[in-house]
Amino acid sequence: MAAAQSLPALPMSKVKPGRVVAWTLLFIGGVIMVTPLLFMLSTSLKDASQVYDLRIVPAAPTLENYWQILGDGRFLRWLANSTIVALSVTVSNVFFDSLVGYTLAKFRFRGRYIVFVAILSTLMIPTEMLVLPWYLMASQFGWLDSYWGIMFPGMMTAFGTFLMKQFFEGVPDDFLEAARIDGLNEFTIWWKIALPLVTPALSALAIFTFLGNWTAFFWPLIVTTSAELYTLPVGLSSFAVEQSIQWEKIMTGASIATLPTLIIFLFLQRYIVRGVMLAGLKG
Amino acid sequence: MATIDIDRLVKAYGRTQVVHGIDLSIRDGEFVVLVGPSGCGKSTTLRMIAGLEEITGGQIRIDGRVVNELQPKDRNIAMVFQNYAIYPHMSVADNIAFGLYRAKLSKAEKRARVEQVAQTLGLTHLLDRRPSALSGGQRQRVAIGRAMVRDPAAFLFDEPLSNLDAQLRTQMRIEIKRLHHKLGTTSVFVTHDQVEAMTMADRIVVMRDGHILQVGTPLELYEKPVDVFTARFIGSPTMNLLPANLREDKAVLAGGGSVAVPRTVAPSSDILVGARPQDLVPGPATDGGLTVSGTVAVVETLGSETLVHLEEGGQTVIGSAPGRQIPAIGEHLTLHAPADRLYYFDKASEKALAAR
Repeated sequence: MAAAQSLPALPMSKVKPGRVVAWTLLFIGGVIMVTPLLFMLSTSLKDASQVYDLRIVPAAPTLENYWQILGDGRFLRWLANSTIVALSVTVSNVFFDSLVGYTLAKFRFRGRYIVFVAILSTLMIPTEMLVLPWYLMASQFGWLDSYWGIMFPGMMTAFGTFLMKQFFEGVPDDFLEAARIDGLNEFTIWWKIALPLVTPALSALAIFTFLGNWTAFFWPLIVTTSAELYTLPVGLSSFAVEQSIQWEKIMTGASIATLPTLIIFLFLQRYIVRGVMLAGLKG
Repeated sequence: MATIDIDRLVKAYGRTQVVHGIDLSIRDGEFVVLVGPSGCGKSTTLRMIAGLEEITGGQIRIDGRVVNELQPKDRNIAMVFQNYAIYPHMSVADNIAFGLYRAKLSKAEKRARVEQVAQTLGLTHLLDRRPSALSGGQRQRVAIGRAMVRDPAAFLFDEPLSNLDAQLRTQMRIEIKRLHHKLGTTSVFVTHDQVEAMTMADRIVVMRDGHILQVGTPLELYEKPVDVFTARFIGSPTMNLLPANLREDKAVLAGGGSVAVPRTVAPSSDILVGARPQDLVPGPATDGGLTVSGTVAVVETLGSETLVHLEEGGQTVIGSAPGRQIPAIGEHLTLHAPADRLYYFDKASEKALAAR
C-alpha cells in the first residue's frame, strides 16, 4: 500500500496535441467520404419533386423509389449481370493469377524474367489506351455485346499476378519439396499446399477484383449495346437521359448497388486492410 | 530398408561445380552423417539422393536401382527438413497422413497407421492440433512422423535439429537415435554440428568444398584424422596444432622444446604437432610427450572439467584440468600430453604424416 501511495497520480486524461490533429483530420476525411453516401441514401428516399431540396433528412420520406426499382425487371437483370460478371472475373483472377504467380515464383525456366517483366510492363499502360485494342479484338471475334465481351479483359490481371508472385516467393520451398517427396504432382502441390498458405493474398485479390468489377463502368458501357446485358453501373446511367435525369432512381439503384460492397467490407474488412497493407498499392 | 550407393557424383550450377565426383556406399540400416561447414556440398548431396536436385554427373543407386532420372516420389525415400515443413493449414493427424498420400490404403487403414506412428512418437494427444499450437520439438516429431508413416526405404534428414534450442536438440538427438535402433531404416543425416555427427552416426562422412575428406566411425575420425581439417573439425574444443621442425626422431617445436616422433611418421621438414585439449593436462612430464608452459589467459569452468587457455609466445594453447582444479588467471602453468596421444601433420599439405 505504501508503495502504491508513493506513486505519482496519473492525470485523468492525457491527450497529446498530435492526436487531436489526427482525430480532426480523420473526422474531416470521414465527413467528406460519408456525405455523398448520405445524400445518395437521402435522395433515394425522396420523390422526384423533392430531389433538389438539399436537406439530408427528407421532408416526406418514401420507399416508393425502391418498390419501383425492385419491381422493374431491368434493374434485377442488371443486378444479376453485375453479379455474374464480378463473380466470374473474380474466380478467374484468383485461379489464373495465382497459378501464373506461383509458376513465376517457384519454377526456374528460361525466359522467366522476360515473361515477368512483360506482364509487369502492362501495369504501366492506362486502361483508356487499352480500350481501343480491346474493342477491336471484341469486334473481330464477335464478342461485342456479350458477357464474355465484358469479362475478357479482366479475366487475368498483371496486378493480381504480381501480387500472387510476391506472396508465393514467401512460401518456403521446403513445403513444396516435402509434398514432392510425398508424391503429389505439381498441380496438386499448388492446389493443396501452396494456395492455402497464401490465403490472405487470395482474399485481398478476390475482394479487390470483385469490387473493381462490381463498380466497373467504362468498358461495360463501351462493349454493351443491349439493355439486357448492361451491368448495374451502366444500367443506372441509363436513367439519366437527356432533359430528364431521374436522380431519385439513380440514387436508389446506387444505394442498392452499394449494399454488397458494404457487406463485403463489414465482413471482410480485416482482409481488406491486410490486403492493402500487404499489396502496398491500389485500393 | 535399402543400400545407397553414390558413384562419382557431380553437381554443377552453370560453370560452378559444387560437388566434385564423390563416392560413398551406405549399408542397409546404417546411420550415416554428412558433416562439414556451410557450402561443403553436404545438403546438395542429400538433395540429389532425394531427387530434389538434378544430378550433373555420376550415379546414385538406391537398393541397386539407378535413381538418377526418377522423381522424388518414385525413390521411396522420406525427408525431414530443417524448418520441419509441416503444413500449417492441416492438423497433426492430417500432416502425418500426408505421408500416405500415394498409398493405396483405405481411410481406416491410414488412420490406424497415423495413430500407430503418433503413439511411437508420443503425439497421440496432439493429433487434432494445428502446428501453430505445437512446440519446436513437437513440430519436429510431426515431421518425423510424416516421414515414418510411409515406411520408406531410407530417411534423409537435412539439418533437422538446427532450429531447436540446445536442450531440445540433445533430446531430439537421442529420440532420433532411439528411433533408428527401433526401426533399423537406412538414414542419411546432414549437419554442420560435429557433436551431432559424433553422437548419432554409425559412420561420419566429412565433407569440404564438394569433396569427401574422410569416412569412418566417430572414433576413427577422432583418433585417426587424415588431415588438419578433419582433426580440427572433429572434437571440441578444437585440436591444438603447434608448428615444429622434424629432425631425425625429434620434432623441434617453434615455441621451444621438442617431442619424440615415432618412426612411422613419414619424413617432412615442417610439420604440425597436434594435441587434443583433453589430452593436454597438468601433471608430471612423460618421456617424449608434449610439454607446454605458459600464462593462464582464460579459464572455462564446465564443472566436469576446466578448459585452460595458455598463452606463450603469441600462441594460444587449450588444455584441460580436472573440474575442481581451477587455475587462476595470470598463473604460470605447465601442461603435458603423452607421446601416444599426439598427432603429426605435414604443414604444407596439411595431410596426416602417419597412422598413430
